[in-house]
Amino acid sequence: MPPQMKRKDYLRWRRLLDFRPFEESCFLCYMSVPAHSSDLPPRLALWHVTKRYPGVVANNDVSLTVKPGEIHAVLGENGAGKSTLMKIIYGAVHADEGHLVWNGQTVHIANPSAARQLGIGMVFQHFQLFETLSVVENIALALEGAFDLKHLAERVSEVSARYGLPLDPQRLVHSLSVGERQRVEIVRCLLQNPQLLILDEPTSVLTPQAVRALFGTLRQLASEGVSILYISHKLHEIQALCDRATVMRDGRVTGEADPRQETAASLASMMIGRELPVCSAPPYHGESSAVLEVRGLDYHNEDPFGASLHGVDLVVNRGEVVGIAGISGNGQAELLAALSGEQLSAPGCVLIGGEPVGHLHAGKRRDKGLAFVPEERLGRGAVPAMTLAQNFLLTSHRKPALRRHGLISRTRAREFAAHCIERFDVRCNGVLSAARSLSGGNLQKFIVGREVLQEPKVMIVAQPTWGVDVGASAFLRQTLLDIARSGVGVLVISEELEELFEICDRIAVLAGGHLSMPVARALTDAEQIGLLMAGPQQQAA
Amino acid sequence: MQLLEPRANPSKLMRWAAPPLAIMLTLLAAAAIFVLLGKPPLQAFHVFFIEPLQDANGWSELLLKASPLILIAQGLALGFRARIYNIGAEGQFLMGAICASGVAIYTDGMTSAWILPAMVVAGAIGGGLWGALPAWLKTHYNAEETLTTLMLTYVASYLLSWLVGGPWRDPGGTNFPQSILFSEPAMFAPLFEGLRVNSSVFITVIAVPLFWLFVSKSFMAYQLAVGGEAPAAARYAGFSARRTVWVSLIVSGVTAGIAGASEAAGPVGQLTLSLSPGYGFAAIIVAWVGRLHPIGIVLSGLLLALIYIGGDAAQVSMQLPSAISWLFQGMLLFFLLGADAFVDFRLKRRRAKPRLKDHVNDEEGRA
Amino acid sequence: MIEDLIPILATTLAAATPLIFAGLGELVTEKSGVINLGVEGMMLVGAIAGFAAALQWGVAGGILAGALAGALVALPFCFLTLSLGANQPATGLALTISGIGLSAFIGQFYVSQSLPGLQPYAIPLLASIPLIGPVFFAQSAVVYLSYVAFVLVAWMLARTRWGLILRAVGESPEAAHAIGYSVIGIRYAATCFGGAMAGIAGAYLSTVYTPLWVQNMTAGRGWIAVALVVFATWKPSRLMLGAYLFGGMTILQLHAQGLGVELPSQLLAAVPYVATILVLVLISRDRKVLRLNLPASLGKPYISGG
Repeated sequence: MPPQMKRKDYLRWRRLLDFRPFEESCFLCYMSVPAHSSDLPPRLALWHVTKRYPGVVANNDVSLTVKPGEIHAVLGENGAGKSTLMKIIYGAVHADEGHLVWNGQTVHIANPSAARQLGIGMVFQHFQLFETLSVVENIALALEGAFDLKHLAERVSEVSARYGLPLDPQRLVHSLSVGERQRVEIVRCLLQNPQLLILDEPTSVLTPQAVRALFGTLRQLASEGVSILYISHKLHEIQALCDRATVMRDGRVTGEADPRQETAASLASMMIGRELPVCSAPPYHGESSAVLEVRGLDYHNEDPFGASLHGVDLVVNRGEVVGIAGISGNGQAELLAALSGEQLSAPGCVLIGGEPVGHLHAGKRRDKGLAFVPEERLGRGAVPAMTLAQNFLLTSHRKPALRRHGLISRTRAREFAAHCIERFDVRCNGVLSAARSLSGGNLQKFIVGREVLQEPKVMIVAQPTWGVDVGASAFLRQTLLDIARSGVGVLVISEELEELFEICDRIAVLAGGHLSMPVARALTDAEQIGLLMAGPQQQAA
Repeated sequence: MQLLEPRANPSKLMRWAAPPLAIMLTLLAAAAIFVLLGKPPLQAFHVFFIEPLQDANGWSELLLKASPLILIAQGLALGFRARIYNIGAEGQFLMGAICASGVAIYTDGMTSAWILPAMVVAGAIGGGLWGALPAWLKTHYNAEETLTTLMLTYVASYLLSWLVGGPWRDPGGTNFPQSILFSEPAMFAPLFEGLRVNSSVFITVIAVPLFWLFVSKSFMAYQLAVGGEAPAAARYAGFSARRTVWVSLIVSGVTAGIAGASEAAGPVGQLTLSLSPGYGFAAIIVAWVGRLHPIGIVLSGLLLALIYIGGDAAQVSMQLPSAISWLFQGMLLFFLLGADAFVDFRLKRRRAKPRLKDHVNDEEGRA
Repeated sequence: MIEDLIPILATTLAAATPLIFAGLGELVTEKSGVINLGVEGMMLVGAIAGFAAALQWGVAGGILAGALAGALVALPFCFLTLSLGANQPATGLALTISGIGLSAFIGQFYVSQSLPGLQPYAIPLLASIPLIGPVFFAQSAVVYLSYVAFVLVAWMLARTRWGLILRAVGESPEAAHAIGYSVIGIRYAATCFGGAMAGIAGAYLSTVYTPLWVQNMTAGRGWIAVALVVFATWKPSRLMLGAYLFGGMTILQLHAQGLGVELPSQLLAAVPYVATILVLVLISRDRKVLRLNLPASLGKPYISGG
């Protein structure tokens, strides 16, 4: 505090700084904080931050410095502690030890709104938006000050035009595409005049083209002096965008580097402590014996928040892996429900092994040789509070050993579950641990294992490695390739293009409820698939 | 303000410790109420829980009241596992009593061994239909079963009051709204001379192991539990949600209906306005306090029956209002639901306060 | 003929008033994502508290005491469902059962007493509008209070930041928490508001509508109020409409025999409950309307991580 200033005035002055209006703060940004200035204190510094949860140290002695105008990557695989660290910076979680220095001053960030007042904005990986509210209402919820939606709508339009993020403030969020929703999140942050913008895995839902547009916006912000913390596990993106990278593994910082000076391999070894594992499989020879066919599947969704399907045609053959790319919300959930039998259709729309099953519900389709691994592991693929043995029964109760005369055998269920755990390397405290106590990767291995043990003809898997660490991902992908080559038809629906290009023999794209013609992997590339993912409307716009 | 964090695995200890804990907390709260009323709590507890069990008549009354509570709660628990909240067992109980009484009234004067079984069947059908109606409304029109079952309870009670006030009123009696007294073939025989407990308790005695077998072994019960815990997982597995609704509501309707028939053909012996002492509602608490488990329900049914009898005794000997047993039942459920939270959650551990200094506080310190 | 209808319509309004208070309160509670099935119990506690207080301090004191008592008994419900994450329907039921017991327990001291009630007050000018005046503006002050409550709740939900926050918390507590709102605090407030309104509804019954205390005097009105919120698809204006409809039904069944309906009175008395079921069926069958209006997190316990 300046010595000649009275305490009351000082506090008022501080408050002014914290609540300055938009234009004034921009002015301050331009005038007093030139980008990449080295003689200024860092925008944000973390010193020896530790955060413990029961049984796990999420962040262990983490230190990190972000300069004004710097795009700083935090790189690490799932579970490395990136998200916890960001929540600490954003005030949603409090550190057990260590401290934060903001523009040269030690601060305690009590909650997200305190973080916002300091000038910290966050774009969440899982968008924190309200579907039944309009864009401007969503934004108003995160802003302080007078409640004037009309005026705010004008400001939204201004900011979105300035940063190339077109948005209609009056639209309801549920009618927006995923890319547009991300724009709402970004504009919401920008209206708070951030000096630091945190983006958590922002590209997981974007097409390659949309990623380039986002990077343009981020570079523009950085050139205006905004610091950016960019959380990702995608090496090439970080190399394309970021000035510096802090690499984390198991809650610790394992290195700091200039990503442009590093190779993907050197970054990867910092990130996972070894070489990136790769999958291998004998080539697919194009056996054309269809095990799953979809013919002209239409589905009109009654749910105003859902998508519809238009004339979907698809064939999956014995022994091959077919991938469906696309951003969730384009009919993925609806297609999966129609295939699994949670949603019924005309008999001839879906065929398993040549037999029409469109009118059969999920249980009957399993009898015909269908297995399905849904995207939601807890609550759909498994019952969270039930044990693994009980969860094993969920889809395998049709084995005569497990169910006879309407009665179930708990002992046999335990034996089968134990076998599944062993064969698929599920790390847990035995068959009696609750499904929810497993990590994402281990639960996914259990569910995939359970479905594989049904000896299906067709296996449908949605987002097989979502939120799963690198080791388990490689294991899961290899499992899918192995069962395909053993004669099962595998259909994978995923948002991760890299994954699809790694394991699929043919790739199609689902956009706006339309499914494109599947193309052999060798004949296409990410750029082409990305264009299809954007859908006809976006390409025109 | 949030006090809890999720446990990785549900706590087995808490699952079984919660009911005794809830009972203890209820007793403490009850003691506080007694003190407030100027009654010595120890004496009150004695009147409530010890005195009723000091003679054969007390035990007879205990069984007489516990039997319908346990039977209804077995049915309700099945639905509660599937998160189908039938809170209108009271109405299904009344319909069971009405239908059974119909048989008794129209067969009055006949002597056949089939009258009593026919009454029980009629009661089961009446209660079952009264449960099937909300099931139909739920599966076809998506109407909330909590509200429809409860509304149907009011409808049933007005139906009862019309019947006993009009078509079925005892023509030979005074103007009281009640039916004729049932003749002997339409009544459950008393088990012991001079005591009210009757052979209808055998229905409960047979039902408990059947329910236990069903819950612990059957695939249907597994489906119900999955449907309750994770509806999306039930759809994923191909378990029919409609069947869950139908089974839950009909089974609980049937058990309540049989209990109603037994009440009319047992201690009451006629159809009256005040036929039910609120068993349908109390059974909800019995089911919950019994962990929705067939054996647990037997224990909690006995406890709730004791609260009923104790409430009556306290009314007589201590001039306490009988409403106090409702209050205790509600509190018991409250405490149980609170204790239940600790099965899946635990108290947030107090962690070391973050060693961060707020800069404003820092400034204040120096100023 | 129309003149004959005026007293019927006026009594309809009076009969609808408890439903309006309880319904608006439950509507706000549910908007925040909490379903409280304890309305019946909170109304009863409000009724006895209001009655006891009105003996001392008159109707105004009674209404105030009812509101306080309703909010107070909503607190244990809040603690269990919000702080401990307990099952909401079951806890609501426990609240109703406890409310029945508690009110009957306190009520035993007041059984034979009675209150003078509240004289209607005709609002000058407004009351002289033909038809509308005598129906709407020659009522007791508490009925006027229900108009005010409706306007305030409707305005708050649609036009203010408070309303927006409430809707946001009800739709996605996770998102609201992430952007820095205290989900639990907001839900406590909304639920206690619901309790206070249910308390007012009960106090109105025992101090104005039938100015005496009878055990279980709410006779299922709390449950009907919960059903009305569904019928209203969580919109205050439709809730008013529904409440007046039900008020009308209650009054009509009293007049039915006079109007030549040859049904026993006990069966006529069941009409409002049957109507509630019908109304629920009519609204619920249209899942699309429900999906668009239902607060998405309704009834789901929320426990934040971190």
